[in-house]
Amino acid sequence: MAGVNARRASRQRVLRWVVLIVLGIFFLLPLAAMVEFSTRDSQTWPLLVNWPRLSGTYPDLAEGIVASLEQAGLTALLMLVLLVPTAIWVRLRLPRIRRLVEFLCLLPLTIPAIVLVVGLAPVYAWVVYFLGGSSITLVFAYTILVLPYAYRSIDAGLAAIDVKTLAEAARSLGAGWTTVIVRVVLPNIRSAVLSAAFLSVALVLGEYTIASLLNRTNLQVSIALLGKSSATMSVAVSLTALLLAFVLLLLLSLFGDRRKSTKEPA
Amino acid sequence: MAEIATTAPQTVARRPRLRGTALLGTVPFFAYVAIFLIIPTLVVVIGAFAGDGGGMTFANVKALTDSYILDAFGRSILLSAVSALVGAVLGGLLAYALVTAKPRGVLRRIVTAAAGVLAQFGGVTLAFAFLATIGLSGFLTVWLHDHLSIDLYANGVWLFELPGLILVYTYFQIPLMVIVFLPALDGIRPQWREATESLGGTTWQYWTRVAGPLLAPAFLGSTLLLFANAFSAYATAAALVSQGSPIIPLQIRGALTSEVVLGQQNLGKAMALGMVLVVAVVMGMYSLLERRTAKWLG
Repeated sequence: MAGVNARRASRQRVLRWVVLIVLGIFFLLPLAAMVEFSTRDSQTWPLLVNWPRLSGTYPDLAEGIVASLEQAGLTALLMLVLLVPTAIWVRLRLPRIRRLVEFLCLLPLTIPAIVLVVGLAPVYAWVVYFLGGSSITLVFAYTILVLPYAYRSIDAGLAAIDVKTLAEAARSLGAGWTTVIVRVVLPNIRSAVLSAAFLSVALVLGEYTIASLLNRTNLQVSIALLGKSSATMSVAVSLTALLLAFVLLLLLSLFGDRRKSTKEPA
Repeated sequence: MAEIATTAPQTVARRPRLRGTALLGTVPFFAYVAIFLIIPTLVVVIGAFAGDGGGMTFANVKALTDSYILDAFGRSILLSAVSALVGAVLGGLLAYALVTAKPRGVLRRIVTAAAGVLAQFGGVTLAFAFLATIGLSGFLTVWLHDHLSIDLYANGVWLFELPGLILVYTYFQIPLMVIVFLPALDGIRPQWREATESLGGTTWQYWTRVAGPLLAPAFLGSTLLLFANAFSAYATAAALVSQGSPIIPLQIRGALTSEVVLGQQNLGKAMALGMVLVVAVVMGMYSLLERRTAKWLG
């Protein structure tokens, strides 16, 4: 029996390494190619890290980068303001409509972004009428896009603590509802809130569909535009954007790991 | 004590009114979702049945059966199905390779973290990554040409057509498969294999009679999820394909950005509705299979 198991283990090890190496090449090759492609012109990387010269040479790109950073920050903020109090409030006072809120939050998963754009076009006609046509107004659409991911994260955070008992304890000590939400519940779901914000930022930095079809600008739109004039530079910016997203999401997953492992001993 | 006694009945009496005021707290959320999610959805659904000057018509929906739109739907479905199948098989293999490794080992943690990142990797950056690799002057194209004198594009440039899209899509489908299929593989207990062996079963019998059927709903469900993922993808194809509109999301782009043909103002909405219906059917089947998976491997 031990022989059979040993033979199986070694067979599995062979299979494991074959699969890992073949797929590893498939996944690493495009990344390596991006590095090679973007270093063909020795001027590309020095230019990319020199912000004043970059924004002088490629004003569209600079505008896109700034727009994306603004959108990412504001989307995370709007998502938190909208979702966190609602999620806490629904758990505490309106458990009956929790299913409805969950359904609405997860709905964007089943509506492709390209479909959402078709319906958003008339809504944005009104947004332009009231607030103007700046690229920052994309934040409204992006908050809907990040809703499913943010909701799952925050809901998991709330499920891990006893919200009701915390709230009752605070209430019995004379705290108002605002104090309960901001100073009692919120600090307890800090890491869930943080990961929701991280995810929102990562998603917004990668968004292209809505921005390009509503004729606004952001990082991805400007990269696509740049691809038409300067292939080397557009690949270099793509690689940078990708590495940034990698770091953001890896930080997030390490963060999630730590949360899980600190919970386990208890 | 006296204070508590006086306030307690008060809250009981106030309770029904409080329900109403409690609902007020959710007004901002519901208002926001109504404006930016429900109204756009309704615009698509109602617009699909509206004529140019208002009024109800089936002309837009009928126009969906035009051959070029049907072809685009067909190609979209083919692209999604093939990339989902390839992604499911390769991703499933990778997930199995991870399960046979140490459960808390470095290898598994690195690969799952990377899969989480790569599954989100799509759009313009992915398109440029492949242009840098197998574009006309890409790294691999040039290398193969110089060292092995292989011409990747001897039979025409396929990168900007369906085969190219399938290849590029697998890049985010495989990692997604790893993420959604790994929990199901973790649900397989080693005891089941031992039980099969103690009853005299071979490895082949274990896979075809025990593990295969148990994993089938999870595998099918994950494949459906991959299908929906590829079917809704737009940015990657948009950045890669600049000429023509082979698949339905690009047809919608055409309807949104180009001059509108008279009488077809709402054709884009009808196509969008068609997409939603396909995704809804696929996701419906997915959630049915998901329930079965939860029952068997939960």
